Amino acid sequence: MSGVPVLSVRDGHKRFGAVHALKGVSLDAWRGEVLALLGDNGAGKSTLVRCISGVHALDEGEIRLDGEIAAISTPSLARRAGIETVYQDLALFDNLTPAQNFYCGRELSFPSWLPLGLRFVSNRAMDREAASVIDRLKVKLPKFDAPVALMSGGQRQAIAVARATVFARKLVILDEPTAALGVRESRKVLDLVRQLRDEGNAVILITHNMEHVIELADRAVVLRQGRKVGELKPDRGNQHELVSLIVGAEA
Amino acid sequence: MLAETAREPDATSGARGSQTHAQSASPVTVALRLLNFGPLLILAILIVVISLLTPNFLKPVNIGNILAQTAVIAIVALGQQLVILTRGIDLSVGANLALATVIGGLTYRVTDSGALVILAMLASGTLVGFINGAVFVFGRLPHPFIITLATLSICKGLALELAINHTTMRGMPEAVTLLGETSPLGVPNSFFVVLGVALLVFVLTKSMVWGRWVYAVGGNPKAAVEMGIPVKWVLVSTYAIAGLCAGIGAVVLSGRTAATSPLYGNLLELDTIAAVIIGGASFLGGRGHLGHALVGAVMIGVIRNALNLLNVDVFYQMIAIGLIIVLAVEADVLRNHLEARARASQAARTQ
Repeated sequence: MSGVPVLSVRDGHKRFGAVHALKGVSLDAWRGEVLALLGDNGAGKSTLVRCISGVHALDEGEIRLDGEIAAISTPSLARRAGIETVYQDLALFDNLTPAQNFYCGRELSFPSWLPLGLRFVSNRAMDREAASVIDRLKVKLPKFDAPVALMSGGQRQAIAVARATVFARKLVILDEPTAALGVRESRKVLDLVRQLRDEGNAVILITHNMEHVIELADRAVVLRQGRKVGELKPDRGNQHELVSLIVGAEA
Repeated sequence: MLAETAREPDATSGARGSQTHAQSASPVTVALRLLNFGPLLILAILIVVISLLTPNFLKPVNIGNILAQTAVIAIVALGQQLVILTRGIDLSVGANLALATVIGGLTYRVTDSGALVILAMLASGTLVGFINGAVFVFGRLPHPFIITLATLSICKGLALELAINHTTMRGMPEAVTLLGETSPLGVPNSFFVVLGVALLVFVLTKSMVWGRWVYAVGGNPKAAVEMGIPVKWVLVSTYAIAGLCAGIGAVVLSGRTAATSPLYGNLLELDTIAAVIIGGASFLGGRGHLGHALVGAVMIGVIRNALNLLNVDVFYQMIAIGLIIVLAVEADVLRNHLEARARASQAARTQ
């Protein structure tokens, strides 16, 4: 399968009324690779991500998964196809416990012949599974059965990333996962990202932190004003080139 | 049923933390715990104080009275609680109940079947709730306030128009009036209806995926969409169930009075919202359980009853309930503030 990208966006367009947010963006993501998605605020990164994860639909263009055209019209279809997204606002439910957050929208439940909403939850199974994932990822939580409202920014971020790792089978998208974190908490999250990649997922990482890009990303795609303006392998040598691509000040 | 509030929030199930901090009893966490127990504590104090003031209060007959008077508020408040959990509000429950009783009364004019009369009331209540939810969601309204206010007016008008001579209609089949009688155990039969509805709500919210989704939608509506929860249908079904509860309340009320009336359910929306908030559920959505609605409903019943026994003017009762609502909402705001503080100190500790 190594010849086919796990995700391939071709000539994607998206308009919101008069705003042309994506103007023909193409992008590939491969298994076992971290792809950095860069761009200034309003460049279209979040819109692109929301199209891939099924929140918005592309107006034009196509999305292929493992080479097949994929109809990702809703978030649950995207998740079923193996795409997990960690949104910038984390999309956590403050009033629910970590385990309840993990499984929200796809609860372990019975009996299976009923529609999901009418089934009974299997709390014990969900607690057990979630706890083992938390342990495997070495995430430290003060309390496993308290609502996440009472947890710190880093812990919440870890929960959101851990949730993605449970279900990711193809692609994990992380939208600025370290934006609100201190140095030590950022380090933890970057370790999680590495782990996701080593488990054979394609990872798309949106970030403004060039250090993290150079450290982690195998490839970087730069968007500006809804267009892809560059794609390169980030390293110390081309850091300046990357930044000027992002801000649009060609040297 | 009152023991429900005592299980908040950390006694839920086998505590297993990958890393357990010593649970330090900072002033913030102590205050939070007090706030969680607050409503039940206040109810207990109220009962002690009132029974000292008027010896009649604790007599079995009077307790039966309180239970009978509280039944309707409790049942409808259980539905209101679900709506408030989703960050919503249902202002139409009182008028919905009035219309349901009138529909039941008219059905009784056509048939003697108790089952049909009850079914008509339940169907009427559910339909109005469904319309509330459907217009709110599919009409893309920003808030359920307006639509439920509109159905309040429509239901009230319909009930008055449909009722024979536009007023109270006497008579109900035996299956319904049975609910107004006292069981051999000494409690009114309507008490068992409350228990039944509470059990139903308990199963819906605690054991079913649907209930988990109700909390999710109230906790973070945007995330609920992103996590693939069918938010629209969760909301519509929530309003429909709130309507069903109003229909059940209609059966109980027309059973107790052996009559149906477009004048029933006046200000019931206030009583039920007050019950939920006084009981300790969050007005901001996502927090609370059926114990809150039940404690709140009993508290309202107790206060009303006590003020009656003490011969306090009925207008003062309204003022008292209003003041208590203000206190309860402020307690909710305080709780959110304290939780933010607890979160900050938690973060400081892990850094």
